[in-house]
Amino acid sequence: MKTAPPETGAFFARDRIWHPPALTPGYKTSVLRSPQKALISLEGTTTELTGPVFGHNMLGPTDNDLIVNYARPGEMAIGQRILVHGRVLDERGRGVPGVLVEFWQANAGGRYRHKKETYLAAIDPNFGGVGRTITDDEGGYWFKTIQPGAYPWPNGVNDWRPAHIHFSVFGHGFAQRLITQMYFEGDPMIARCPIVRTIPDPQAIEQLIAPLDWNATVPMDMRAYKFDIVLRGRRSTLFENRKEGN
Amino acid sequence: MVQTLAYLKETPSQTAGPYVHIGCTPNFSGISGIFETDLGSGPLANEQARGERITIRGFVYDGLGSPLKDALVEIWQADADGLYNSPAETRGRADPNFFGWGRQPGDMQTGEFVFHTVKPGRTPFRPNDPRLMAPHILFWIVARGINIGLQTRMYFSDEEAANAEDPVLARIEHRQRVRTLIGAREGETVRFDIHLQGENETVFFDM
Repeated sequence: MKTAPPETGAFFARDRIWHPPALTPGYKTSVLRSPQKALISLEGTTTELTGPVFGHNMLGPTDNDLIVNYARPGEMAIGQRILVHGRVLDERGRGVPGVLVEFWQANAGGRYRHKKETYLAAIDPNFGGVGRTITDDEGGYWFKTIQPGAYPWPNGVNDWRPAHIHFSVFGHGFAQRLITQMYFEGDPMIARCPIVRTIPDPQAIEQLIAPLDWNATVPMDMRAYKFDIVLRGRRSTLFENRKEGN
Repeated sequence: MVQTLAYLKETPSQTAGPYVHIGCTPNFSGISGIFETDLGSGPLANEQARGERITIRGFVYDGLGSPLKDALVEIWQADADGLYNSPAETRGRADPNFFGWGRQPGDMQTGEFVFHTVKPGRTPFRPNDPRLMAPHILFWIVARGINIGLQTRMYFSDEEAANAEDPVLARIEHRQRVRTLIGAREGETVRFDIHLQGENETVFFDM
């Protein structure tokens, strides 16, 4: 970890037109789970400018290797082996070091290992589907996994999720907290998905699609996808001497 | 040609989905052996931590008044002296026995979430504005059907004077909505229910 002085500048306001709105009727569960009143807007306070820090000492040696972290000794998960890597950046383009990234996904057949999941595709006895890592000094991260399959869900009569990996990311302040999903370049399922389509701007959707990264592919081992994650930027503290006006 | 602004756009949010527990509380979801414990699942304070121990209990309700059974709730708060356990805390060092962050799923049968923590102290509004906020805890809720995490705050019913001068609560135009942010103190327990939608809709913030 670098020992730069902590940043205390205010975070850039979220562009709520870029993010999905709360109410997106094509995604049916949002109908009863979306607030109907406007959000109360306020530039962040000391509560949102600060956030938890997770130490490397909590990570186990295979926390970022989903191919083996649930497998029986000497065995591996079944599926296409991939490396997912990228950087956590802020809107100013700077790496965000030392932050926790968590990820979870279905197996190669689109089956999640979860008590409430009843899809008929088989569970892989060697695949759990969860991992985590902490970004390096440049904001870089990587993990090994198998490419998840598409899976059907009870929304429309015949809706299927594209292959995707869920991401949960912390920043340096709680205002940066984000959960999102990564999709795979070239997947024809993306355009049909009601959850993808909760995002109004096609350019914002593109930001969730990871390209195949031939240069990072490991010959005879695994293909690579690159997924950069951008968190809210923050103003320089030089401009932070303004008192709250009423 | 005018110069180019080189800002990136924030990655758009997506729902955490029904299986958020696989990624965030795997042991709770039945996936044991990968992580020793679920992150944030224990008490926020160890036995040496300073301050008054409290237990927060509540439900997250949808627009028909049904409790969510697949929500994930995170909290972030200052220690008993009002210091945050974060590198961005510039006023002093927070209690090393208090982490400040917790994460709990709702009970699979009932949906109730429970946090064991300490009552936070008062914190300044902003680094450059020393007006004190009332003791409060940031709540962040994600679930299936929630496209972007919902952020709210819990204040305390036994802090009427501090609540009356809190600069965030003061921003709420419809004063009858302030009550949706007040946790009800009943001895060591604080009850705080979150209503996503409807008549008693909780105030959510864009901060």
